[in-house]
Amino acid sequence: MTDQAYNFAYLDEDTKRMIRRAILKGVAVPGYQVPFASREMPMPYGWGTGGVQVTAACLAPDDVLKVIDQGADDTTNAVSIRKFFVATAGVAVTEATADATIIQTRHRIPEAVLTAGQILVYQVPIPEPLRFLEPRETETRKMHELEEYGLMHVKLYEDIAKHGQIATSYAYPVRVEGRYVMDPSPIPKFDNPKLSGSAALQLFGAGREQRIYAVPPFTHVVSLDFDDHPFSPSKANHACDLCASNISYLDEVITDDQGGRMFVCSDTDYCASRRAAGHVGALGAPMATEKAAE
Amino acid sequence: MTDLSHTFSAAADKPLLQVKNLTKSYGARIGCADISFDVYPGEVLGIVGESGSGKSTLLSCLAGHMRPDQGEVIFETANGARDTVQMGEAERRRLARTDWAYVHQNPRDGLRMGVSAGGNVGERLMAIGARHYGGIRDKAIDWLGRVEIDAGRVDDRPSAFSGGMQQRLQIARNLVTAPRLVFMDEPTGGLDVSVQARLLDLLRGLVREMGLSAIIVTHDLAVVRLLADRLMVMKGGHVVEAGLTDQVLDDPQHEYTQLLVSSVLQV
Ligand SMILES: Nc1ncnc2c1ncn2[C@@H]1O[C@H](COP(=O)(O)OP(=O)(O)OP(=O)(O)O)[C@@H](O)[C@H]1O
Ligand SMILES: [Mg+2]
Ligand SMILES: [Zn+2]
Repeated sequence: MTDQAYNFAYLDEDTKRMIRRAILKGVAVPGYQVPFASREMPMPYGWGTGGVQVTAACLAPDDVLKVIDQGADDTTNAVSIRKFFVATAGVAVTEATADATIIQTRHRIPEAVLTAGQILVYQVPIPEPLRFLEPRETETRKMHELEEYGLMHVKLYEDIAKHGQIATSYAYPVRVEGRYVMDPSPIPKFDNPKLSGSAALQLFGAGREQRIYAVPPFTHVVSLDFDDHPFSPSKANHACDLCASNISYLDEVITDDQGGRMFVCSDTDYCASRRAAGHVGALGAPMATEKAAE
Repeated sequence: MTDLSHTFSAAADKPLLQVKNLTKSYGARIGCADISFDVYPGEVLGIVGESGSGKSTLLSCLAGHMRPDQGEVIFETANGARDTVQMGEAERRRLARTDWAYVHQNPRDGLRMGVSAGGNVGERLMAIGARHYGGIRDKAIDWLGRVEIDAGRVDDRPSAFSGGMQQRLQIARNLVTAPRLVFMDEPTGGLDVSVQARLLDLLRGLVREMGLSAIIVTHDLAVVRLLADRLMVMKGGHVVEAGLTDQVLDDPQHEYTQLLVSSVLQV
């Protein structure tokens, strides 16, 4: 890929304008799914083509881009999307959440509190939260239009009937600003509270399904629940074994073939920053010694 | 046509539903034409007629599933009489999940087959804002009992139920929010005769107990004999005879009704 072969950020200006219009409409109607004409991208669906198009339409030459997949900057998907924008837009990239102006994400919201001026772009596989129980698109559109959201609670009812509690732990449905019910993409429900009142602009792009939606800064976002089964953003009863944080979302990692395992922050930048600041978890060595040992 | 619209004036002075000159065509073909009648609170109206006579068309227009070409369907809402043909879709759909209920001939059309029996019954409660799981579940179990489905089946999906059970579940799902007007299109249609009898018995009990108003479309004169206070006979999209059920069946005036009653046309 050479810089000359493509327009800035790969998409042509007309396409970007069309996507920006969809984004603006989404911002104007928080949680509403705006249809857009999704373009072929040089990567397969499921690799975040919706998010990539939204990012492409938002990027300016002086932006600083961060890309994460499941919280990590160094996974294949994140690395390839980052490379793609370095090649096609020549923008600066970072792993530090605080330094990024645009963060494209799959399956997580960073632990660091986002600030005004930042844009968080989510990759969305299935944008329609009602799809699970109502496959007819015409009907789900009508339900959104008329705010007929009883069905969403039927899904949660089924969860409790089957599992004794609301077992939905990813893509947990939310109501945006008291109006549209929205699928926050497959983030863990642990992240749901961060959707609400964020200073950052949150944009959601679904490539295959051709939908864009948005949660503007300081929008009220509520996770659906029952009075007697209130929403709870469950968290592993454990601290990070590397940085000792007991407020972050943890991944369980297998460390050897003897069944050894440890819990580590899924947000790699958050964990590294804490360790750099001197926090040490139960199985972690201070960062300096670890570096020296390598 | 005998005017019996004041028969039930003892029960209530105002009709719950007033249908005026309702007409619906499919292109050049008449669906139903120039239909007028009233339904009073607590009254069950039967609509009979041969296949293609316009029964389902009429019912669909009344329930707001189809827009009539002409006519008024005036329903006595909590906020006074309203023409449901003219009201906005949002309001009409709100009526459909509160004051109205619709029992389909095929339970598959009226149930969510991928959702448990409890979820099916609870849906209408949740649709009108119920947010207490325990309360919803208790009410669902209570309603399963009322339609003679064992409480132990509350978490089973309707696909695991017999046809008769599915139909009873559909009735529970519809009645749980105590609607004021129930539309039924051949509610016993696809069932064995013995299963039909049990369902009819159940329906009759519920209608009486809850003081429901209902409009029941059927081919089956036995169904109207058992359930309907009044009867309308349709042919070719028109009402050819109407009156108290027993009067119409015992002393039919129109020759088509006479044919129908003489069982020549009975299924
Ligand atoms: N969707 C449609 N398109 C065209 N014609 C229709 C449609 N639905 C019904 N009709 C016609 O309208 C007339 C009335 O049909 P309708 O289904 O209301 O009769 P019905 O009394 O319910 O019959 P059945 O007892 O068989 O259910 C018939 O001539 C029918 O062929
Ligand atoms: Mg019919
Ligand atoms: Zn950590």
